[in-house]
Amino acid sequence: MHLRSRMLSGIRHFFAQRNFLEVETPVRLPCPALETHIDAEPSGDWFLRTSPELHMKRLLAAGFERIFQIGPCFRRGERGERHHPEFTMLEWYRTGTDYLGILDDTKALLAAAGLPERRWEVIPVSEAFLRWAGWDPSQAYDAARFELDLVDKVEPALPRDRAVVLIDYPAEAAALSRRKPDAPHLAERWELYLDGIEIANAYSELTDPEEQRRRFAEAARARAAMGKPVYAVDEAFLAALEAGLPPCGGIALGIDRLVMALAGATSLDVVIPFRE
Amino acid sequence: MADYSASDLRKGLKIELEGVPFEITEFQFVKPGKGMAMYKCRIRNMITGGTQDRTFREVEKIGKPDIYSRELVYTYKSGENFVFSDPETYEEVEISEEAIGDKKWFLIEEMHVNILFFNGKPIDFDLPVFIEKEIIETEPGFRGDTANNVTKPATLDNGYEIQVPIFINQGDIVRVDTRTGKYADRVSSAGRK
Repeated sequence: MHLRSRMLSGIRHFFAQRNFLEVETPVRLPCPALETHIDAEPSGDWFLRTSPELHMKRLLAAGFERIFQIGPCFRRGERGERHHPEFTMLEWYRTGTDYLGILDDTKALLAAAGLPERRWEVIPVSEAFLRWAGWDPSQAYDAARFELDLVDKVEPALPRDRAVVLIDYPAEAAALSRRKPDAPHLAERWELYLDGIEIANAYSELTDPEEQRRRFAEAARARAAMGKPVYAVDEAFLAALEAGLPPCGGIALGIDRLVMALAGATSLDVVIPFRE
Repeated sequence: MADYSASDLRKGLKIELEGVPFEITEFQFVKPGKGMAMYKCRIRNMITGGTQDRTFREVEKIGKPDIYSRELVYTYKSGENFVFSDPETYEEVEISEEAIGDKKWFLIEEMHVNILFFNGKPIDFDLPVFIEKEIIETEPGFRGDTANNVTKPATLDNGYEIQVPIFINQGDIVRVDTRTGKYADRVSSAGRK
């Protein structure tokens, strides 16, 4: 609890110094982000947010250039040593940068949050898979094989003595990130691992409304095929993209897992005081 | 028989993969950032006892084995087989010596055991944690040797070799831990029954 409190003040101080605005966006919403494998908890006829991403991008489109938010998010059915259906997320976005600018922010932020000095290693996803799983998912993508090898072969092999960033995901695993302009089979997305545990996910944000609408439609199709609820498309968000979202980078970072990493714990039990 | 969904998996659940029954001994929910929920399991082959790791994806269907257990009484050994019987119907079930493995040393006539059946065939059974056995052979302890943790070999009435403390004598009744096959404590001394 003390560690969490100190860490949160360190984070708020960091953003204040860099002229970021702390914002709060709705927790209860009619259209949770349409992602194939993220399920929202119903709340009446609406849903609890799985991430504040869509509303924060609407703020960017409205002209705010540097924003951050710390608050609860909810994901249905996610429960385990490293998952809890209610968790605390830190997200920040800034315009005029991309996923690499966000990586610089992240290194500085973690130092401000109290993470002891350590080496950083940035490994392209293709290279990590070639090294530990024997194939390159960006050449011939296979979703099932990618996901299984990621958790069975790649994640367990990641070095524990340093911060590891897996970068440049296959375009099929882009989620809401932009494709690389000079290598469109890759997406400008990275994930941070500390002690082999996934801590944060960052993008050069997708700003093209047509591409975004296609990805929502794909996710909706995939969800329907799996028998999962299909959420309505957030038209207000798409309208904001149409009006113009400036180039920007953004990131979602799990606060509970970061506390876990700082405390050297292996389970969220130690860092969430009132587990369901 | 209906299958399990991956989300039904949990520690202790028994599943069937390619015709073999497995028990889940370790279980972890994992979900990479934008990926599908997965269940990392360590599973134990209920026939051979061997373990392996297996990760199941959210969309997988996993077989539900036809497994049940019955309480039977061990009655006698017939050739290579151990014979168990139902105390009410007198129906007999035979399990081969090979399938029983080391557990054969700890079966005592009239002992009640829970036998596990897979597809109608017996595959395993639970022993009581402790059984009492007589020592039929061991060298006398050396007088004056008071060091702790000193053991010597001994033989049970069925030929099983076991290490016992120095103070145990021939004819003593000892308790054996069937999980480890090791000496637990002395129940009574020879001549002081």
